[in-house]
Amino acid sequence: MEHRQVAWELKAAGAGVSEVRDYWALLKPNVMSLVVFSAAVGMFLAPGGLHPLLMAVTILCVAVAAGAAAAINNGYDADIDCLMARTRRRPTATGRIGPQDALAFGVTLAVMSVMVMGLALNWVAAALLALTVAFYVFVYTIWLKRRTPQNIVIGGAAGAFPPMIGWAAVTGEVGIAAIALFLIIFAWTPPHFWALSLYRREDYARVGVPMLPVVAGVERTRAHILAYTAVLLPISLLPWGLGVAGNAYALAALVLGAGFLGHAVRLWRERSERAAMRTFRYSIVYLFGLLSALAVDKALSLVGLGW
Amino acid sequence: MTREEQRRRRAKSIAIAVLLAGLAALFYLITIVKMSGAGA
Repeated sequence: MEHRQVAWELKAAGAGVSEVRDYWALLKPNVMSLVVFSAAVGMFLAPGGLHPLLMAVTILCVAVAAGAAAAINNGYDADIDCLMARTRRRPTATGRIGPQDALAFGVTLAVMSVMVMGLALNWVAAALLALTVAFYVFVYTIWLKRRTPQNIVIGGAAGAFPPMIGWAAVTGEVGIAAIALFLIIFAWTPPHFWALSLYRREDYARVGVPMLPVVAGVERTRAHILAYTAVLLPISLLPWGLGVAGNAYALAALVLGAGFLGHAVRLWRERSERAAMRTFRYSIVYLFGLLSALAVDKALSLVGLGW
Repeated sequence: MTREEQRRRRAKSIAIAVLLAGLAALFYLITIVKMSGAGA
């Protein structure tokens, strides 16, 4: 119960010093971009159209819900965030915003974004949005994060829902292509996050979060990253195999996947933190590239240049 | 409450007011789009 004591002290310290920009920072706007982009791609790939305003509302709801989940996570994890280099400047870690305030802020935004999604778009998309936030908060943050090295493998599902939400906002249902997009991000998350945790492992060790490098060692983490990256490659070709995307996408997926595999192999052989950092950075470029390739491929087929 | 605390509270109140006004405008626009039959 030590962390509750710390949290209580943070709450006392944070009273009255927060500013508007602290609440903005709590939403982690920089992490939001990939989430928003993946939802937009899901929307763009879905058959049928949507009024531009409703598209914007979908994006807004996904962005706000992602921020809400981050705020709740920060409120809950204030006790460990203040001890880790990567997170110690978060407003909840410095005590500028109390954990209770962060929770209230996050829950309010989450409820509002789900309601707006349900009323403006449809309740399938709203239910998926609610599931995403609930999964991130209850399954990842509260249940798994501090208990098992599988935390980010299972918790990664939360980050994989947004393209499915975008798809559901347009169609009102969850199609097989949406599931393919889910699987891609689901398989991408572990190597992405493990690469980060390789050069942040001392942080995680200090606060007792059982990330893979802390529990299983650096060596096995590198092997895991390589294995997951190898699994990701065929999964990334699913949209092509299912006929959702054409050859242009398949080619891009192969090239990007080869790059990711190359990074993973180098990390496995080099065993340096620099290689881990490079792999982490590349993983972000990879996902942006893959999603962009899906969007470009669809755009090409819309103008009759599909290949 | 110090002057600084008052300033912060005021800034937060204004931010909430702006957000609520934005939400009201958003609901208005959504309603118009839905009534025009262009909504899903």
